[in-house]
Amino acid sequence: MSTPVLQAKDISKYFHDPYDIQVLKKINFEIQKGEFASIIGKSGCGKSTLLYILSTMDTDYEGDLMLDGEMMRGKKEADLARVRNEKIGFVFQFHYLLNEFSVLKNVMLPGLKLNKLTSSEVEEHAYEKLKILGIENEALKMPNQLSGGQKQRVAIARALINNPLIVMGDEPTGNLDKKNTEIVFDIFKELAEEFNQSLLIVTHDNEFAERTHRIIEMEDGAIIRM
Amino acid sequence: MKFGLILSISKALLLARWKQTLVAAVGVTFSITMFITLLSFMTGLNKMLDGLILNRTPHVHIYKEIHPSEKQPIDFESTGHNFISSVKPKNDLLDLRNSAVILKALRDDSRVLGVSPKVNVQVFYNIGAVDLNGVLNGIDVAEENRLFTFSEYVVEGDYQDLKYVPNSIILGKGAAEKILANVGDNIQITTSKGERVQLKVVGYFQSGLQDIDKVQSYVSLATAQKLLGESNSYITDLQVKLKDMTQAPAIAKEYKQIYEVEAVDIQTANAQFETGTAIRTLISYAVGITLLIVAGFGIYNILNMMIYEKMDTIAILKATGFSGKDVKRVFITIALTIGVFGGLFGLFFGFLISSGIDNIPFKTEALPTIKTYPINYDPRYYLIGGIFSIVTTYFAGYFPSRKASKVDPVIIIRGK
Repeated sequence: MSTPVLQAKDISKYFHDPYDIQVLKKINFEIQKGEFASIIGKSGCGKSTLLYILSTMDTDYEGDLMLDGEMMRGKKEADLARVRNEKIGFVFQFHYLLNEFSVLKNVMLPGLKLNKLTSSEVEEHAYEKLKILGIENEALKMPNQLSGGQKQRVAIARALINNPLIVMGDEPTGNLDKKNTEIVFDIFKELAEEFNQSLLIVTHDNEFAERTHRIIEMEDGAIIRM
Repeated sequence: MKFGLILSISKALLLARWKQTLVAAVGVTFSITMFITLLSFMTGLNKMLDGLILNRTPHVHIYKEIHPSEKQPIDFESTGHNFISSVKPKNDLLDLRNSAVILKALRDDSRVLGVSPKVNVQVFYNIGAVDLNGVLNGIDVAEENRLFTFSEYVVEGDYQDLKYVPNSIILGKGAAEKILANVGDNIQITTSKGERVQLKVVGYFQSGLQDIDKVQSYVSLATAQKLLGESNSYITDLQVKLKDMTQAPAIAKEYKQIYEVEAVDIQTANAQFETGTAIRTLISYAVGITLLIVAGFGIYNILNMMIYEKMDTIAILKATGFSGKDVKRVFITIALTIGVFGGLFGLFFGFLISSGIDNIPFKTEALPTIKTYPINYDPRYYLIGGIFSIVTTYFAGYFPSRKASKVDPVIIIRGK
């Protein structure tokens, strides 16, 4: 069996303010390559907190996190930034596109930051990703000229630009209507099944979760089903 | 490539708030403009005022002074206190002994730029029944002009006539007005020995210092010697100009010992000028630097605001793999862009305004050689202004950018 793309070993986290609470209690699980997993649970159960730890943005936790078999503990801020850049694609509830740049440039930015390809190659890749998402015609528009659903698709294209190991989503459909949710879900499914992309999506939309390959259910900071 | 990316992000952020950016840059431009203008004008003025005195003052002035005998005869007899000082200085000429030899030795000294000999003659200008006090300076015309820019102070007539026209005089402007003498007229003077001599006026001299112009006039060395009835070796003063003015005190001391004469250096003679110059320059720098620091605070404020406004942008950049260092670079680039462009325009406008001032007519009786306001175009001030604008904006950008680099993306993203 190949190395899992993501491994969480005994991850715990405490909030100290206003008083000590354990929000995550020894979380253990693995995600394999090409797996489309979702994390569900009531709000406040710690699922977003877990996601931010898994995405390396939050470093204040106990336990170990391995990405592609590589230990994340003890890495410096700049190294973690590089890991996020290269191996993780992130989709948020809000699209978080930069209004100062065109759609194309927004998608290209993480690729330019990675600095492995020339800017014309990155541009080519960006067009490819936009095509997969069916919005290549909007490439030269500014983000504020797009609809909510389109913006979220641009954000997904941005997450994919560096061919990440895993795409993480924090309620990526939370702000979308039924039709757009459907579109986004289909895109995720297509990515997982056709491009063998690993995905880990936090959601409280149970209908959405039911249709993923695997459901991880959390309650009070612990996994109760996976 | 990497830097290009940082640059393009900085540019986008800058243009997103271009009005504020412009205000910040104008602040820098204004302060650099004022810095350059102020310093150019101030040091130009300083140079002119100093030149007024220093150009005309020898670096080392060698002359003879009449001293009383150091020991009164009674001192040889008793060691006790005495108050008898009956022996007065003896009647002695003010002539520098061995002046020809000293002159030659000085001219051979490698530290010396040149030596101009002078003869001082006390005279009276005769105007009808009235006699006015006067001092004639007998000068070596060519040397005096080379070392002390004599010609610049001759406001009418040709200074060379002093050399070629026998028994000629260049009158001080103030004296000429009192005597009612025009160029070409003959005037009459009386020497301290009672001889009356006719001299032909070939020009006017104006130093800018009224008291001097009322009294002083110039004749050639030979004429002065003739007025006193002395030989052509009679010299009362030697005016030495050095290659390096700062060595003057040491050299004056040395000459005093070697030639047994009085020697005064320029620093001792004109101590107040250096002090005045230094303080005026200091004030200009203080004002200029204050302006720049105020501009720096402006940039600091604007960047701080920008960071609060662009919190989301910073957070998402970090989430997608930009490190804190990259974010810091972005904001420092923004600050430096403001500094560099603001500074360049400041230098340009500073130059423009100073050359404007340079063309404003400025005529005053006291300063015959000055036609417009003096400006000093020393490139050093432009260099200092440029460097300073970059340094202040760097620091103004450093603190906000450090704050930006510490933005925690999790807090921003979850807060939505």
